[in-house]
Amino acid sequence: MGPSFKGGVATPHHKKATEHLAIERAPVPERLVIPMSQHLGAPCEPLVAKGDRVERGQLVGDVEAFISAPVHSAVAGTVVEITDTLTPAGSRSRAVVIEPNESQELERFVAVPEEEDRVARVRAAGVVGMGGAMFPSSVKLKPPREFTLETVIVNGCECEPFLTCDHRTMVELPERVTAGARLVADITGASRVVIGVEDNKPDAVEALRTQAGSDIEVMALKTKYPQGAEKQLIMAVAGKEVPKGQLPAATGALVHNVGTVAAIADAVERGRPLIERVVTVTGAVRRPGNYLAVVGTSIADLVEHAGGLHDDVEVVFAGGPMTGFALASLDVPVVKGTSGVVALRAGETRPEVGEDQPCIRCGRCPEACPIFLQPFAIASHADADDWDGAHHYHALDCIECGACSFVCPTRRPLLQLIRVAKHALLDRGERP
Amino acid sequence: MSDEVEETRTLRVDSSPHIATPLSCPRIMGWVVAALLPAALWALWNMGTPAIITVAFALLGAVGTEWVWNAAAKRPQTIGDGTAIVTGLLLAMTLPPRTPWWIALAGGIFAIAVAKMLFGGVGHNLFNPALAGRAFIAVSWSGVYALTTNRGWFATLEMAEVEGYDAVSGATRLALAAADRAAEGAYGFDQAAQYMDYLFLNLEGSLGEVSGALLILGGLVLIARGIVDWRIPLGYLGTMAVVMLVAGEDPVFHVLAGGVLLGAFFMATDYVTSPMTKWGRVVFAIGCGLFNAVGRLYGPAPEYTTFAIHFMNGLAPLIDKAFVPRTFGWVKGDG
Repeated sequence: MGPSFKGGVATPHHKKATEHLAIERAPVPERLVIPMSQHLGAPCEPLVAKGDRVERGQLVGDVEAFISAPVHSAVAGTVVEITDTLTPAGSRSRAVVIEPNESQELERFVAVPEEEDRVARVRAAGVVGMGGAMFPSSVKLKPPREFTLETVIVNGCECEPFLTCDHRTMVELPERVTAGARLVADITGASRVVIGVEDNKPDAVEALRTQAGSDIEVMALKTKYPQGAEKQLIMAVAGKEVPKGQLPAATGALVHNVGTVAAIADAVERGRPLIERVVTVTGAVRRPGNYLAVVGTSIADLVEHAGGLHDDVEVVFAGGPMTGFALASLDVPVVKGTSGVVALRAGETRPEVGEDQPCIRCGRCPEACPIFLQPFAIASHADADDWDGAHHYHALDCIECGACSFVCPTRRPLLQLIRVAKHALLDRGERP
Repeated sequence: MSDEVEETRTLRVDSSPHIATPLSCPRIMGWVVAALLPAALWALWNMGTPAIITVAFALLGAVGTEWVWNAAAKRPQTIGDGTAIVTGLLLAMTLPPRTPWWIALAGGIFAIAVAKMLFGGVGHNLFNPALAGRAFIAVSWSGVYALTTNRGWFATLEMAEVEGYDAVSGATRLALAAADRAAEGAYGFDQAAQYMDYLFLNLEGSLGEVSGALLILGGLVLIARGIVDWRIPLGYLGTMAVVMLVAGEDPVFHVLAGGVLLGAFFMATDYVTSPMTKWGRVVFAIGCGLFNAVGRLYGPAPEYTTFAIHFMNGLAPLIDKAFVPRTFGWVKGDG
């Protein structure tokens, strides 16, 4: 059993349906909706207008801001509208709507400008964290000067149940992953490169090791949720805790998702912008798979391509079941951070419960919490609108992994209550 | 395209996580009942009709009271969570088979009404309800515990006439031991000769004293299923054995006799009334073992399981406060 972290939970895997299915390209949809905000930080401004013809890979949105990432068109086509859209995360964003041309040359794209600075190329390619957080990768590649980076950790854990997009990327494109890992190490001056993979993916470990050489360690980590959370992964690989309120870089470690480093390699070596990604469509759909979808594809179209939903589906979410966003409508676009679309039937989901579910003090949530919090205590204070009480139990340190709600035998909405407390505390200016 | 279908479909929007462990509260309580069943059924088989009546009325008192209370208060019914069933069954296990039906019923009513619902229902009670029901019976009708009957298959000792003692447990042999210790400083019987009785068939005490082996089996099942933290039974029984060893007593006898096994595996491990952290549970368990042992050695009553666990129940919230874990990434001296 590989190294790991303290706390966490054993979640069911549910990966059998898609883990052995090769990545398959989803068809180019009849309409692309490309949100201007597919990243943490400043939203982009549209650089095209209605009626403009665009090429595949062409820049369609950007903004002058350090923390931001430009967006590109994934198809050759015509801009038909600049409008507002909902993103999978439920926020509103400006969006460029593009109608693709009849024929597409998907092997070709407009390369990002040749620049000396590799970090500038990463930014120009619009690369963001593809594990779901969508933090601009170029920013992470330039940590504040006071930090010395020693270790680049590539996150191949994919600890979320159901998802297999990273798994397939590691199995099918190990060379892209190792190339990206080496690039990140070279750019940041880190001397150690580790690819951390949960040990339920031996084929991914095997594939990566064929490319790893002597300069990259491929580490099989214990399969435990949330092994792929940044702080927990650093703990498992480097044995260090990220100090409270500080950047992970304070430990000398830098974490990037496998999909992200592959995109970094594509950006730096080939000038390829981030315009498509692998999305695992699974659960109660008729034809589960790992689909390579162009950014802006409607999730409804993607689900349609996956054979459609079964009739008794109750919840569909973007991302994994532990941290993903439930969708009220499938009419939202795939964005750079959309790792999966999972449909669950009634009875497969965490039951919807009233607010007055009692805590039976079983002690499972403090044991599960990878941050060693006492979720039951924060939740009871939040339930009573007692923000001071929630703060006393360090609500703001919560990483929102959901392990507490997952293990709660009375199904108290623990994380939901903690989120309420966090919002209230952040609103009044508290910091962790 | 199936646009029309999609429009009529209503998706539920909830915040993450969207899945949960199948180990729900009713399922946990189901495991506890299942773990108790071998010992309970063995007791019923050997003690017969009186024991069946005791179990039936203790259960009726506990579950019925919760149902009536919720109905009267116009609150959602909670008997489905299984906790009242566990309380009723555990209470019955602490009673001798010939307990009058109305006393078993009264114990069940007290356990739920006073020890649980008055405190706010499941999750809010400070003291273990089953033991509270037992304590209520012990102070109200203490003679009940002298109503012991048939001895076990391997028994070698003539049963003594013990009447009307103010006991907190029905361990006849423990009562004898206490009396002997007070009179002569030594036992009038061979303790080691009783091991097999206590493990497999002992009919001198309550239902929960019939078979220690089956209680241990049930407890181990709960530990293996991750329902019970091994620290509590091990800490409790271990402390008990060590104190008895130091005091020059037979530690095996003291672990097997009386209500300690039932208490350590099924009562002290009650989630609501025990600490929530690992180290808190260690302290709690040691406290239970210590008070139980010291009570047996120096107290006027033969058994102190109920007292020891209830005393530590009262301390559990304080223990939890003392063992708040360090937050990830925080170093000593912060916040």
